[in-house]
Amino acid sequence: MILNIARRNIWRNKRRTLITVASVFFALFFGLMMRSVQIGTFGRITENIVSSYSGHLQIHKKGYSEEKIINNSFKFPSGKIEKIKRLNYVKAVVPRIESFALASSGEQTKGCLVSGISPEKENAVTEISEKIISGRYLTQNDNGALIGDKLASFLNVGINDTIILLGQGYHSVSAAGKYPVRGILHFSTPKLNSSLVYISLKEAQTLYSIENKLTGIAVFADNDRHTSLLKSEILSVFNPENYEVLDWGEMMPELKQLIQTKSAGSYVVLGLLYMIVGFGVLGTAVMSAAERKKEFGLLIAVGMRKIKLALIVFSETLFLGLIAVIAGFAVSLPIILYYSVYPILLSGTMAAMYEKGGFEPVIVFSSDPSYMFAQLIIVGVIVLIASCYPILKISRLKPIDAMRN
Amino acid sequence: MNIIEVKNLHKIYKESEIEVHAVRGIDLIFEQGEFTAIVGPSGSGKTTFLNMIGGLDKPTEGEIVIDGVNINELKGSKLIDFRLRKIGFVFQAYNLIPVLTAKENVEFIMSLQKRPKKERIERAETLLKAVGLGDRLNARPSKLSGGQQQRVAVARALASKPMFILADEPTANLDSESTRNLLEIMENLNKMENITFIFSTHDARVVKKARRVITFDDGKVISDVKNKY
Repeated sequence: MILNIARRNIWRNKRRTLITVASVFFALFFGLMMRSVQIGTFGRITENIVSSYSGHLQIHKKGYSEEKIINNSFKFPSGKIEKIKRLNYVKAVVPRIESFALASSGEQTKGCLVSGISPEKENAVTEISEKIISGRYLTQNDNGALIGDKLASFLNVGINDTIILLGQGYHSVSAAGKYPVRGILHFSTPKLNSSLVYISLKEAQTLYSIENKLTGIAVFADNDRHTSLLKSEILSVFNPENYEVLDWGEMMPELKQLIQTKSAGSYVVLGLLYMIVGFGVLGTAVMSAAERKKEFGLLIAVGMRKIKLALIVFSETLFLGLIAVIAGFAVSLPIILYYSVYPILLSGTMAAMYEKGGFEPVIVFSSDPSYMFAQLIIVGVIVLIASCYPILKISRLKPIDAMRN
Repeated sequence: MNIIEVKNLHKIYKESEIEVHAVRGIDLIFEQGEFTAIVGPSGSGKTTFLNMIGGLDKPTEGEIVIDGVNINELKGSKLIDFRLRKIGFVFQAYNLIPVLTAKENVEFIMSLQKRPKKERIERAETLLKAVGLGDRLNARPSKLSGGQQQRVAVARALASKPMFILADEPTANLDSESTRNLLEIMENLNKMENITFIFSTHDARVVKKARRVITFDDGKVISDVKNKY
């Protein structure tokens, strides 16, 4: 009977109910869309950089992050690598030599990031071979190079053309080598396309004169959520007095800050939106309570306990919230699910803007249930707060005064 | 059998800084099966008195004992439950729940008493038929006339099987035809089922039907007369 009364009460003033439901619906819709795009797009950017290159964590010799020079390389710790591989949440561990060099061909020269990799191990996790747009992938002891398409274009080189890498090796010896181009790569991150050169680990050790040494070990977690947990476990294997373990946020603070800033901005917008909607719902509850003061008095007079009456009023606000939530999800979910599978590919000026910022020109929707749940909780809290006012009124209501109203 | 005993009842309202002595030392006893009218001019304390014996208002001084219980000592949910079990109310403005049908309004009181659904439905239908609304069971209050709404209110008051029914000016908003119908129903229920009715009224037609007439003036009982039929 209580639920029946509550259900019918919400339709006593149809227009007001519809306006209230619509306001919660639109807030939820925009909230879901905004968070979905933000989490999806940033997730994609992070995924592109983390999964296809940096890894979730990197282990270096202490001081490497301050001074990224070959002198800060360290001896290949095969025993420790095996230990890390056995840790929970570890998807892969790959050794690397990373340094800077000048890439040159003919009259053209450009600074580039040289990455010495173990071709098989690296490909198993970052799937570099999938990014080859012409040529082939490196073999284990290949003496060739893979280069980003924009760099290839700048140097004006194609498959089997030779590039020269010039840099500084261990203890300042000069590093120079020539490498035939085996393959040209295209990454979704524009910055990598214009700067990355892959050679085999062995060739990199020779180039920089660091036999049996590495500049870093990239660790890939099964999920970004486990990064911090994994970091503390790795620190128990690699003594922090001699090594540094950095997560991707520490390696790319500008990306982390960008995500945090954008997220903070969206929280402010959503906060304002929900605040306005919250006041709307509260307004409905206040008006409804004021209009029905006499009726509340009567119900208490004839024998209804205040707690039951409060339950009716709470159920009414809950029903309003439920209708809005069901409608909000019914409209938002198909859109989110569709665009999470088929992202929106940007073109023209918009795409150029994204690329200029170093991002893939694509808008991805996230279908991660955690942010949806968060929106649900927010609406729940609004409903709870909005129903507090009439419940408070009921708790203080004297039937005789209410019926005189 | 005495069902209500009122001893030295006083009620003082404070409006702004002025004290209004609405009821001044009333002593009364009501017995089972009475059909009593409380009359008097406006402001004589009739409604205040009914509110107090209905447990809706607290006296400033004095005692109200209903079925052996001093209701002044009951508070919160205990008082609400007591009203639900012992007292039926009929208000001047009907005060039905607008979103419920006539039958549901009557059933509602019984649902508060947690009576089985089958019993609730049967009793609601029986009572509504008894007040002549057997054909309007599923009509909402907005579709009923004032007289019909007040008859639903009487059925609702009876639904909880109370010890007595308090009716505050039950015919004030009714035309003469509806008043006659309502009085007939109340009188029949009183005579045939021995249900106690106590009502305040200005209406001479109601007073004429009452078997006991208590007259209030300035918060005091100035006469208490039993009519003989």
